[in-house]
Amino acid sequence: MDLNSYLIISAILFSLGLFGVITRRNGVAVLMSIELILNAANINFIAFSRYSGMDFSGHIFSLFVIILAAAEAAVALAIILNIFNNFGSINIDDANKMSQ
Amino acid sequence: MINYGIAILLLPLLSFIIMIFVGKKLPNRGDWLSIGSVAITFCLSLSLFIMMLFKYDPYFKVEKIWTWFNLGTLDLKIGILIDNITIIMLLVVSLVSTLVHIYSTSYMKEDSRYSRYFAFLSLFTFSMNGIILSNNLLGIYIFWELVGLSSYLLIGFWFEKESAANASKKAFLVNRVGDIGMFIGIMLFFSSIGSFLFKDLYLGVSQGMFSVDTLTIAGLCLFAGAVGKSAQFPLHIWLPDAMEGPTPVSALIHAATMVAAGVYLAFRLFPIFTPQALTIIAYIGAITAVFAAIIAITQNDIKKVLAYSTVSQLGYMILAVGVGAYTYGFFHLVTHAAFKAGLFLCSGSVIHAMHHAYHKLDDHKSDAQDMRNMGGLKDKMPVTFYSMLFCTIALSGIPFTSGFLSKDAVLAGTLAFSSQYPNHFLLSLFGFSAALFTAFYMFRLIFLTFYGKPNSKKVFDNIHESPIQMTTPLIILSSLSFFLFFTFPNFNPLSYDGWFMTLVKSKDSLVPGYLNPTAYQIKEEIGQAHNLALFLSLSVAALGIGFAFLIYYSKLISADSIYRRLKVLHNLSFNKFFIDEILKKYLIDPFLKISKYIAIFDWDVYDKYFINGFGRITENFSKTVGNLWDYKFLDQKIIDGFGRITKFSGSKLRLIQSGKIQNYLILVLVGIIILYVFQAI
Repeated sequence: MDLNSYLIISAILFSLGLFGVITRRNGVAVLMSIELILNAANINFIAFSRYSGMDFSGHIFSLFVIILAAAEAAVALAIILNIFNNFGSINIDDANKMSQ
Repeated sequence: MINYGIAILLLPLLSFIIMIFVGKKLPNRGDWLSIGSVAITFCLSLSLFIMMLFKYDPYFKVEKIWTWFNLGTLDLKIGILIDNITIIMLLVVSLVSTLVHIYSTSYMKEDSRYSRYFAFLSLFTFSMNGIILSNNLLGIYIFWELVGLSSYLLIGFWFEKESAANASKKAFLVNRVGDIGMFIGIMLFFSSIGSFLFKDLYLGVSQGMFSVDTLTIAGLCLFAGAVGKSAQFPLHIWLPDAMEGPTPVSALIHAATMVAAGVYLAFRLFPIFTPQALTIIAYIGAITAVFAAIIAITQNDIKKVLAYSTVSQLGYMILAVGVGAYTYGFFHLVTHAAFKAGLFLCSGSVIHAMHHAYHKLDDHKSDAQDMRNMGGLKDKMPVTFYSMLFCTIALSGIPFTSGFLSKDAVLAGTLAFSSQYPNHFLLSLFGFSAALFTAFYMFRLIFLTFYGKPNSKKVFDNIHESPIQMTTPLIILSSLSFFLFFTFPNFNPLSYDGWFMTLVKSKDSLVPGYLNPTAYQIKEEIGQAHNLALFLSLSVAALGIGFAFLIYYSKLISADSIYRRLKVLHNLSFNKFFIDEILKKYLIDPFLKISKYIAIFDWDVYDKYFINGFGRITENFSKTVGNLWDYKFLDQKIIDGFGRITKFSGSKLRLIQSGKIQNYLILVLVGIIILYVFQAI
């Protein structure tokens, strides 16, 4: 297995994530697509770390990203929950007002 | 010394400025201010004069020069010159001016523009002192115009009268003719010397910087100014008309001082006149003297007689300059200033009395200045009569008076010149005949005004002697005609040696290769001609007085019969030789006609085709340009085009801004892809 295979996998994941972010109207689906983009980045970190030097900085970065993603998911789900409470929908196009 | 000069110059100016702005509001309408300033001027002049007598130095001279401004390499210098001639002139001007101011307080009392009158008098005194004190031609020219202005203002003082307004305009315009000549003369000298100072002028001439021809022309141009201001033939026409002004003004400006400015200028410039120029000057003076005297014989207006007499006497002074006896001319100027101012003030007193009498009788038609309406005023106005008689005696040239001495000196100078150059005998002839006429017309005036039967009993009864403000100046001026004032310490009434002739020394001519006799030689010859001149002038004076006595006093010879026999001559004289009419017919009318034709050309051709043509071309051009370029192209294409582009792009571009975040993300993505593609290329 060489580096290119990982990068291709990561690129596919990133593209899928981006596609999801752009096309989906559902807030939760957008959130999930963002997770895909983040994981694509994680794969890149690990792959570059494995194939360049033999240190663990890539791994450390990945760990941080995972923790950040978890935190982000928590905050974002809370926001979406509030949006649902206020607008009665989690379609992000409907949430176009700063207040009611 | 110089401080005195500056004070004498500026005091009247100060009083003018105050009087013209706030004169009306001052107590007594401000006359005390003008009188005070001119009286101080007189005291300063008098102290200068006394100092001059104590110094007794013919060559005394103080000069102060300032740089007015720099113009490249040119330093324009002006300054003040005080020498004996200056001091004597200052004394004359300030004395006559003071007396006229005092006299005017009574004469002008009822005038509504009283304070303006005094303001103008102060302006005149300032300007006249300026002429006298200037040591350069530019300064003289500036003040020359200023006296012209004040003369204009004062002649036209009663501008409600149309004749006065016209007379002031005439005086101004006629003077302009001479002044243009003077300006050309000044510039001719300035262009070669680069300085206006007399000192540099004398130096330049004596070093031969000019050819004789240039000098003649430049000298005559400068003399043209004197011809205008001193009312010499043929520019004398303004002076008789100037009598429309108040009589004290006539005494101050048109008899004693301003008209003498031309003569004064000729004195200052004598050293640079060439023989040719001097000959022309002498003839102009002689012709003026005799010609004005003939006119004066037949005039009936008392002031007109005196006006022509002034013209005639100024002719004498110019004649004296022309024959080289110019110190005697200056002597005549000074003596004449006193007694002619006196005569004018006396006539003013008579007119004042006549005017009041008419006013009392409610007669507004009769002419208060016409001598035919007077007569027998001797007993009613004794002070005026005796003052006027004494001044008349002085003017006629009878011994024991100053007028005798100065006129005799001028005639002696003329005689000396004629005996040396016999082909110029006309000068003496003119001079002596003018003296004959002078004696005649002056005594005619006296006999008509003060003797004989009054024309109207009612008017006669209402005549009163003038108040003391008016009679005091008369007494002072007429007593100044006594010979001793001018010949002290010489008590011989027939000789003019004295302080005056000692202190006023004539200068030699500076023109290189000058052939006429020098001043010294002239003096020698005048000494020889003196006795003959004395005899001749006395006999012509006696002859003139005798004729006047026979015709107008004892009436042995009837004036009417003479009139019938010499009708043509009388008409010539009465109508002033038709000079005004001739000038009108051959100078003014053709000029107006030419102007009219030029105006027709100007209006119908030039304006119509040229100016209007330009207008039309411009109009059409701008129409075309406006339509094609501005409207069709600029407005329609460029301006509107920008608008349209903006509108179109706006309508398209605003679609991008949907407010949907995902659309923006797509755009970001597309942008990044494009960037990648470009980077790859």
